[in-house]
Amino acid sequence: MSSVISMPPAASELAGHVDALLWSVTAITAGVAIAIIVLLVTFSIRYRRAAAVDRMMRDAAGEHRHWLEITWIGVPFLIFLGFFFWGARLYFSYESPPAESLQIYVVARQWMWKIEHASGAREINELHVPRGRPVKLVMTSQDVIHSFYVPAFRVKRDVVPGRFAALWFTATRSGEYHLLCAEYCGTDHSRMGGRIVVMEPDAYARWLESRPHESSLASRGAAKFVTFGCSGCHVGSVVVHAPDLSHLYGRTIPLADGSFVRVDERYLRDSILLPSKEIAAGYADDMPSFAGRASEEDLLELIEYIKSLAPQPTVAGAGDSP
Amino acid sequence: MSAAVSSMSYLGAGYSLRSWFTTRDHKRIAILYAVSITVFFFMGGTAASLIRLELLSPHGTLVTAETYNKLFTAHGVIMVWFFLIPSIPATLGNFLVPLMIGAHDLAFPRLNLLSWYLYIFGALFTLAALIAGGVDTGWTFYAPFSTMFSTSYVVATVTGVFIVGFSSILTGLNFIVTVHRLRTPGLGFFQLPLFVWAIYATSLILVLATPVLAMTLVLVAAERLFGIGIFDPALGGDPLLFQHLFWFYSHPAVYIMILPAMGVVSEVVTCFARKPVFGYHMMAYAIVAIASIGFLVWGHHMFVSGQSMYAGMTFSLLSYLVAIPSAIKVFNWTATLYKGSISFAAPMLYALGFILLFMLGGLTGLFLASLALDVHLTDTYFVIAHFHYIMVGGSVMAYFAGIHFWWPKITGRMYSERWAQFAAVVIFVGFNVTFFPQYILGIEGMPRRYHDYPSEFQVLHVFSSAGAAILALGYLLPFVYLAWSLRFGSPAGPNPWNARGLEWQTASPPPQENFPTKPDIPARPYDYAPEPAAAPS
Repeated sequence: MSSVISMPPAASELAGHVDALLWSVTAITAGVAIAIIVLLVTFSIRYRRAAAVDRMMRDAAGEHRHWLEITWIGVPFLIFLGFFFWGARLYFSYESPPAESLQIYVVARQWMWKIEHASGAREINELHVPRGRPVKLVMTSQDVIHSFYVPAFRVKRDVVPGRFAALWFTATRSGEYHLLCAEYCGTDHSRMGGRIVVMEPDAYARWLESRPHESSLASRGAAKFVTFGCSGCHVGSVVVHAPDLSHLYGRTIPLADGSFVRVDERYLRDSILLPSKEIAAGYADDMPSFAGRASEEDLLELIEYIKSLAPQPTVAGAGDSP
Repeated sequence: MSAAVSSMSYLGAGYSLRSWFTTRDHKRIAILYAVSITVFFFMGGTAASLIRLELLSPHGTLVTAETYNKLFTAHGVIMVWFFLIPSIPATLGNFLVPLMIGAHDLAFPRLNLLSWYLYIFGALFTLAALIAGGVDTGWTFYAPFSTMFSTSYVVATVTGVFIVGFSSILTGLNFIVTVHRLRTPGLGFFQLPLFVWAIYATSLILVLATPVLAMTLVLVAAERLFGIGIFDPALGGDPLLFQHLFWFYSHPAVYIMILPAMGVVSEVVTCFARKPVFGYHMMAYAIVAIASIGFLVWGHHMFVSGQSMYAGMTFSLLSYLVAIPSAIKVFNWTATLYKGSISFAAPMLYALGFILLFMLGGLTGLFLASLALDVHLTDTYFVIAHFHYIMVGGSVMAYFAGIHFWWPKITGRMYSERWAQFAAVVIFVGFNVTFFPQYILGIEGMPRRYHDYPSEFQVLHVFSSAGAAILALGYLLPFVYLAWSLRFGSPAGPNPWNARGLEWQTASPPPQENFPTKPDIPARPYDYAPEPAAAPS
């Protein structure tokens, strides 16, 4: 039986925290359930119709009842607040990837996971990651909604078409773990899985080096930057006034409507597909949309290229704040 | 068919099909609903049985993945819209609300009949879709899968659900007006049975939430048929918009299923404990609180969908808030037993089963309301177990409690008490063996809607399937002994439980006009007093 009822291994930094919360909530709710069951059984036996017991209610006016009712509203309320804050604190960290994360792209489609490493290495239905380093997955879908689920890491994130979703974790134990699709996505939903391989950092470095990769994502992006014609306007054109894309990624820039936006993957993606949505201040709304022309892979490569034009942050978040 | 079904009784008002299909008597319409939803209950149950058979083995052998997907979709669509939502309100509610408030009928009897026809009309659309080849979207119809990718009969199914929605809206409207306008003179809101409060609150949800579902389904059809970009990002739409709209209806829909169940259980527990419901006012306020706060928690279905983190936190907090009135109800039912004079007839066994199972469903809801736990547990079997504890362990158990409690009133006959008690125990055991292992499966990371699953989950799946076999047997039993009682049951008399509600003051089955003379209004609801030890009747 012990193998039947066993948690998946806790193999990420978050997993231990989630398990602590899980077992605390389990203990408290089980305590409440047992208390209620004991009361129900006790009353059912003691006050069964055939029993000759004292059934006089002493406080017909009901003074005790208000005190009772206030207690059993107040106490659960406080316990619930505790559950809420504990869960929300962990959720906050789940939602906040560290700046120094290793970034890997994931493109989902019916019914497979395609992984793109920055080096240009590709994997299908397998993701190799180093142990002990935060990994941030930037994910999108080519068709319907999928959900990237790694039970051993206690993380899950819907992968929605038309936008980037981020998921991060720090793996803490080497080994192989289930990768599952958790959002129903059609006929072979249940076969849309694979494995996560967590490796020691040096083994990971060797693995990455050994993978066949002609060129990095960014250098492929550089070539596409020319073939899609981006360079015609964005590189030193005298005819068209288009923003210079070097040193752009990671900055916070003003928009034409007076608001500010941080240049991240989401902003770059939207600017390529929906250029009129957020116009940088001082520029005309005259860029054509590349929706329907650039595939999800093209977008990742272009974005990686634009990112490579900006110096990598050395210290997390330095100089980024507006 | 002699004394019990006299010429005065509503059952004796006509025996032809025509007399049934053109009736405007709320009691007969309740019977029409009861028969229809029973047919759908067994259809949905058949789909569930096939699902559990398939899951005996980790690598689908019984049916293909495509068929499996159609089976769980059919199970969900049928059980949610054609069984659970109409179950207690349209059958027991229809039959009892006018009786409980001393009225002769609902406010709009013709509209009531129209509601039933809309229900049947919508059901036929959905049946047609199922017979033509089925639907594989899941009952949630998530876009853009449902709008652009599925090749199954989405529009026909959605049309059926759309039509049934109007049945819900009209039924809700009818109850609201009835409770406001037709209470017998002298019967105030705080003299109403909690069942009427529950049906009233449910009706508010039916009227306010169902139109949002209708609009959403129209948008799905518009995108699917005409390529109008609403949800699919390839057409400029937003898939999360669908989820917001869908859950804005479908979360309150959970309360449509559970509030009437709470109403039934309040009636039964108080009667068989021979004590007034503990904290009547608080119980009524809790019903209203659940119905109102229930409108503000839909985003807890979307914690990993990509909605903003702060939205997630707000929805989490509100979800904990809505749990408080639910907790109050469990505490108050328990306290009602204290110093009661308790007997354990079948309705009481079902009601006690409800309290236990609803409590377990509610407590596991606290896991899912917690953001970090939901990230791990959402879309796994934990969620399946949680909502089956609420909807089957809760709503269906209460529906059975109600059917048994008011069966003598509705039919004029008594069923076999021993068989009924036996069935209650079988259903309780079968339910737990089926669904408790699914909590563990979810914690271990088994995703829902999986035709194929990793083999380490097989043992628990086999447990669950074995439980489903017990449960199926349990559900067949009442079908048999209740049918038997129609012909061979002993006459019930007006008030076999010695209950205090107005509906027990008239004959069983009630005459067409409900009350030949104005019923006596008790000073307070649930005017029960503990009885000295005596042989249970």
